[in-house]
Amino acid sequence: MPGSLKKRTVHHWARLGAPVGLAAPFAAQAAEPGKGLNPVAVGMFTVFVAVTLVVTYWAARRTRTTRDFFAAGGQISGFQNGLAIAGDFMSAATFLGVTALIFDFGFDGLIYVVGGIAGWPIVLFLLSERLKNLGKFTFADAVSMRLASTPLRTLAATGSLFAVVLYLIGQMVGAGKLIEVLFGIEYQAAVITIGILMVLYVSFGGMIATTWVQIIKATLLLAGGSILSWLVMQRFGFSFDALLREATAHHAQGDGMLRPGLMTHDPVSTLSLGTTLVLGTAGLPHILMRFFTVPSAVEARRSVFFATGFIGYFYLLIFVLGFGAIALVTREAGYFDAATGKLIGGGNMAAIHLSHAVGGDVFLGFISAVCFATILAVVSGLTLSGASAISHDLYTNVFRPHATEQEAVRVSKIAALGLGALAVMLGLLFEAQNVAYMVLLAFSIGASVNFPLLFFAMYWKEFTTRGALLGGIMGLTVAVGGIVFGPTVWVDLLGHESPLFPWKYPALFALAASVTGSIVGSLCDRGPRATRERAAFAAQYVRSQTGLGAEGASVH
Amino acid sequence: MDALYARISGNPAFHALQARRSRLAWTLCAGVLTAYYGFILMIAYAPDTFRKPLHADTSVTLGVVWGAAVVLVSVGLTGMYVWRANREFDRLNARILEEAHRAPLG
Repeated sequence: MPGSLKKRTVHHWARLGAPVGLAAPFAAQAAEPGKGLNPVAVGMFTVFVAVTLVVTYWAARRTRTTRDFFAAGGQISGFQNGLAIAGDFMSAATFLGVTALIFDFGFDGLIYVVGGIAGWPIVLFLLSERLKNLGKFTFADAVSMRLASTPLRTLAATGSLFAVVLYLIGQMVGAGKLIEVLFGIEYQAAVITIGILMVLYVSFGGMIATTWVQIIKATLLLAGGSILSWLVMQRFGFSFDALLREATAHHAQGDGMLRPGLMTHDPVSTLSLGTTLVLGTAGLPHILMRFFTVPSAVEARRSVFFATGFIGYFYLLIFVLGFGAIALVTREAGYFDAATGKLIGGGNMAAIHLSHAVGGDVFLGFISAVCFATILAVVSGLTLSGASAISHDLYTNVFRPHATEQEAVRVSKIAALGLGALAVMLGLLFEAQNVAYMVLLAFSIGASVNFPLLFFAMYWKEFTTRGALLGGIMGLTVAVGGIVFGPTVWVDLLGHESPLFPWKYPALFALAASVTGSIVGSLCDRGPRATRERAAFAAQYVRSQTGLGAEGASVH
Repeated sequence: MDALYARISGNPAFHALQARRSRLAWTLCAGVLTAYYGFILMIAYAPDTFRKPLHADTSVTLGVVWGAAVVLVSVGLTGMYVWRANREFDRLNARILEEAHRAPLG
């Protein structure tokens, strides 16, 4: 393996969650040919911001109760929610980051696409309907239904906040760098602009505004991706075979890029990465929260169906865009820095250059604006999810059980403002850092803490508070420890000789720890509380299956 | 409410519905996970097989086709579950709830 290639593999995780892998290549490239201020990009983005602010104003007038604020009053339809979920999930990272991974590593980039989609049927078959029937605003509701509320909500909120804040930093740093390149504005100004807009959407418009921002953005991204793919396929007479042939002719590795192994090294890491992707999806709090915006389990089921359809369609486009970028961008010397031979603007610009290659400056402007909208929508969803963990899980259910609705909404708004300020500060602080490990950690926590907690609480009668705490804490410890002492942080970031934890993706081990802790802790729990918790399973089971007594269901 | 839960718990129709639904859910889950972990295991242990073109006249490899197939299988099985649930589970569920509410409590 060539040294340079191996070094680059370290950063590919940033691209999954954050649109930009490494900050450094971007910094010096704020104004380059063909970019700078693109009037189409600026015009379209201005229209997007104006429309979303009007939506926020409209939403603010309809937001009165906590249910409005956290769950859009439960009035979103399955189709709308499906589009919004797709919006939450298809970040600029998928569009730019995965295209860039295929551009660099060929076939291996596809793992992210395939792993991302395979999580969705699992969410549908195992989680979505039961979650909707049990919960109110957050997945912690379902976890703590028959278990001790205070410790479990604290644990679930910790898991959520960890995932949200880490993911948010990844997005902020990536977004700042991207916008710097695309719009030619300063990094600081870009990060602050994103921070202000997301806090406005979330604290004034709550879930109603966030949902509609997400729907508008998903529509734009699906349209942009479709047009771009169509233009690419047109170049090859709509033959994927011809496209792939051209791509192998231009990739540095030739048709070797179609052999797995440029990015994945050993089987254990590959298996662990695969698990992180498939279960991490099912454990991201801002996605799980979306199931409470629909009126019933039937609509929750419909939302996953539409979401999977949209995401699947978009991910198939990524096949075209990734290999299309190899075929069409590699041969144009103008897209590369003459001195370093690297892609202008950094590795993640492959899709942007591709839009220029097939559609010129106007289309490049359109795609740039779509990317900005995408980033903004995703950070808003994350902020709302973090605010709900603070307000609904911690404030209302742990610290102030008798808080009024108005108080809860006020606390959420303050929490959103606080999270926004924190995200901007950390975004500025980590400007020059590699934040790849943060996004990796967010997904690992989703896969190894949130998902097993939810799964056991809903499926296993013997699961008790002690099991949940032991499993959750063990999973969190191994996930965090595995990242900190693993190759990404311990060696690449802190400069030690060799990692204490040899694998880059800890999710498989963290999941094993979490499952072991849950089982051992539950089976050893023989107190009176555990007996009550087991006895409460039957009623919870009926509720989860039939929707009887579910939040927002008609009361008989 | 607890009486209602207990009554539904004792209704054989509820257990029949529950068994059918979870059989379908777990079968489809196994389908998706087989396709997906098959893909992952091939990457881990048989990368050269994944690199092979499907036939002599194409550059499309087994790996690319398998990857696209996992996407299509995911969407397809999701659709299959929703179709079955809409046609059959919702109706049975409504009947179970109705029965539970109809009989006087006590």
